[in-house]
Amino acid sequence: MAALGRVCLLLALVVCAYGIGASIYGVRTGRVEWSESGRRAVYALAGILTVAFAVLEVAFLRNDFAFNTVADTSSRTTPTFYKAAAVWASQEGSLLLWAWLMSLWSSLALFLTRGRIRDVAAYATAIILGFGGFFISLMVFYAQPFAITNPAPPEGVGLDPLLRFPTMMIHPPMLYSGYTLCTIPLAFGMGALLARRVDAEWIRVIRKFAFAAWFFLGIGVLLGARWSYSELGWGGYWGWDAVENAALLPWLTGTAFLHSLMIQEKRGMLKVWNVSLVLATGTLAIMGTFLVRSGILDSIHAFGGQTLGVPFVVLIAVLIAGSIYLVVTRREMLRTEHRIDSLISREAAFLANNLVLVGLVFVILWGTYFPLISEALTGQESAVGPPWFDRYTVPLALILVLLSGIGPAIAWRRASIANARRNFVTPVAVALLTLCALLIGGVHQKPFAIAMFCCAGFVFGSIGQEFFRGVRARRAMAHEAAPVALVALVRRNRRRYGGYIVHIGIVVLFVGVAASSSFQHESELGLSPGQSSRVGAYTIRYVRATASVSPDYDSANTQGGRELSAIMRSQPGVTLGPDTAHTGATLSLGAVLDVTKHGRHVATLYPSEGFYSSEEPTQGSVGHLIGGQPVSHVALDSGVTRDVWTAIAPNIETPRLKRIVTLGDKTLPYSNPAEGMVAIAALASAYMRNPPQAQFHLIVSPLVMWIWLGGMIVVGGGLIAIWPAPSAVRRRLSVRSRARAGAGAEQGLARA
Amino acid sequence: MPVLAAAIRSPGPLALEVAVEALIVIILALAVLMAVIFVVSAPLRAVHRPPGVGGVRINDVQINQSTADRADLEATREAKYREIRDTELDYRTGKLSQEDYAAVDGTLRAEAVEILDRLQALERESPGAGELGPGPG
Repeated sequence: MAALGRVCLLLALVVCAYGIGASIYGVRTGRVEWSESGRRAVYALAGILTVAFAVLEVAFLRNDFAFNTVADTSSRTTPTFYKAAAVWASQEGSLLLWAWLMSLWSSLALFLTRGRIRDVAAYATAIILGFGGFFISLMVFYAQPFAITNPAPPEGVGLDPLLRFPTMMIHPPMLYSGYTLCTIPLAFGMGALLARRVDAEWIRVIRKFAFAAWFFLGIGVLLGARWSYSELGWGGYWGWDAVENAALLPWLTGTAFLHSLMIQEKRGMLKVWNVSLVLATGTLAIMGTFLVRSGILDSIHAFGGQTLGVPFVVLIAVLIAGSIYLVVTRREMLRTEHRIDSLISREAAFLANNLVLVGLVFVILWGTYFPLISEALTGQESAVGPPWFDRYTVPLALILVLLSGIGPAIAWRRASIANARRNFVTPVAVALLTLCALLIGGVHQKPFAIAMFCCAGFVFGSIGQEFFRGVRARRAMAHEAAPVALVALVRRNRRRYGGYIVHIGIVVLFVGVAASSSFQHESELGLSPGQSSRVGAYTIRYVRATASVSPDYDSANTQGGRELSAIMRSQPGVTLGPDTAHTGATLSLGAVLDVTKHGRHVATLYPSEGFYSSEEPTQGSVGHLIGGQPVSHVALDSGVTRDVWTAIAPNIETPRLKRIVTLGDKTLPYSNPAEGMVAIAALASAYMRNPPQAQFHLIVSPLVMWIWLGGMIVVGGGLIAIWPAPSAVRRRLSVRSRARAGAGAEQGLARA
Repeated sequence: MPVLAAAIRSPGPLALEVAVEALIVIILALAVLMAVIFVVSAPLRAVHRPPGVGGVRINDVQINQSTADRADLEATREAKYREIRDTELDYRTGKLSQEDYAAVDGTLRAEAVEILDRLQALERESPGAGELGPGPG
């Protein structure tokens, strides 16, 4: 079936080329049938890539190791649900996922905008198909997902152990949905500039897609942070890794755009700014893909990286140069219609928020890309670490949080000083109360964290007051009960109150970040069974060691497996597969940890480290079975107020244990892993009889759960804000029925 | 398809399996190709059909300036309506004084009337020249 996949990719490339030509010819000559044909080329592209993606997915599910991609990233023992996700664990599969998602989202965008801004949409179609053609070319010429090896190898390498984590099933599709959705406003923005129609209509058309891009990118970033915290053994959720930053950058410019967009909608202002933000968001999304896919980064995210750098750099250069050219040549059309009436107005607060967000973007952009540029020019590796990022981003984040409380408390257009004063009494009072509570509670150090908590108090006061006053006004008008009034208020003003909920979520998230990073207790030490360590208010005792052996074959049906089972039955304390946690580890060594606080039992934790086999024959017949990169399996006890996070690094390099491996390497044949597994079982048994001191990483962090709760609140608020208002649904229906009836009269005029 | 040719030349159970798979691939690839041609060429084929039989009526959907202006004005009108509602909510939630509200609301309503006047003028110039509803798709 690989041939079908290859045919699909070639056909997709032809469709992209045809669609670009048809769209441009149609819009240039006014022949709508050609523009329509170009639009349908995007639908066709989505169909072709769906077939191609299905071919690859089926190959993974059928263990068809003739496909190089399948052989490199899957194996027979990989659980089915990880096999399905292994498609995007490879470079080739990732590119296919990117192109496929882009074609699906673009089809949806063009379908929903059919019959509207046809000239803009025609240019947008050509640009979208240009992106499609670029990614398909990469798959045709550089990273071929349907490349095969004949004869097929009997077994695959398997999925990277670090990617065997449930959220990794959905993290890449979410992130890629965000990235690909970012290209839709970019395409329409460029289309509007090319068609010289930079009016209110294109902004209205792309708003939902800009929001959807922001929404999916946010979920993707959050899932990535959760994976980092729960799976990687370093104990953090954000390390200012270049790939994390690459996803955050378009999210920040997208956030700025969603705010400044409202100013253009209401006041006809900031047209240059908005179109620049749209173009920057799309370009940053492509740059993010470039960072992950070009192979220039030595990061877990850039697994399987290849030399796709040059084509990506050319695309980015074209995007930046094209954007600048279009904005400069259309600057007269983008002239603002109004000016800000007052500095005490919501638009002024939004403008300030935009400046801070763009400031953050510049800081992160510099910290992310400067080391890469520097390395490219000087040849010397350089990196900018978390302290550098924190120095600049923390003050900017504080201002941002403060502004998210100021904006909702002021009116559009203008607000008097007296009114502003009255509206800020409650938020300031809540902020001061928070400060007093912190000082009374003995929190004197960490000024940035204290400032963040006070700013959060300010925002809670501001938005709480907004909800309270809104409900009160609604009750006065409609005489409803408070809960009914609250629901009605939010339903009738989804964008406003959905946005407020998003603000609350962001602030909850920032409180979690400030608390967990400032008041964290951490300990890295060696412990033997029976020993304990104090971390913050908690005592963590290493009760006993654990060991489990999971042979990478069906142990019940082979001679070696039966021998192994017999040996294992005589090894007390060692567990023989199956691999119920689906870690895929040959050998797992761990610990039972008893967590107590003031003598009271809190939790029992089971951290472990998985040892994986490698494909390196020089490591020996036994050594190679545990010779891969060991992966830590974190154990944590999460709570609303604190997390207890633990990781273990067992020591298998003691002379006693090494002797077993060396002896096995000398006496056992490489070709029979079953016999090698007997030696691994003996190793596990020896480890259990007398466990050597293990290294532990223990962390107690307050309010980490607030980060995930904040994220969920943001998602909930985002859904409320993006959901069509009942009036909008009615309006759409009436437009449709009017179109059907062929009535030309504009019913809406009568409503004035 | 050299694989198919080789399979036909050396018949046997395995070769037959290869030939069948190759045949399926050819059929599926042709089906995809036909579907693509059908979807992409539909608007071009529709041009040659008489109006009213499911084809695109080119005269109805031609891009013209008045259509674009009208769409822009409609978008501006919707935004203005929303702004009027938002200003009222700002007033009711105490963010605007009575005087500020009266001034801002008066300005917004005047701007809305101006937009409606421009829409009506456009309607008089080219009646029924609005952007049409959904196109074929």
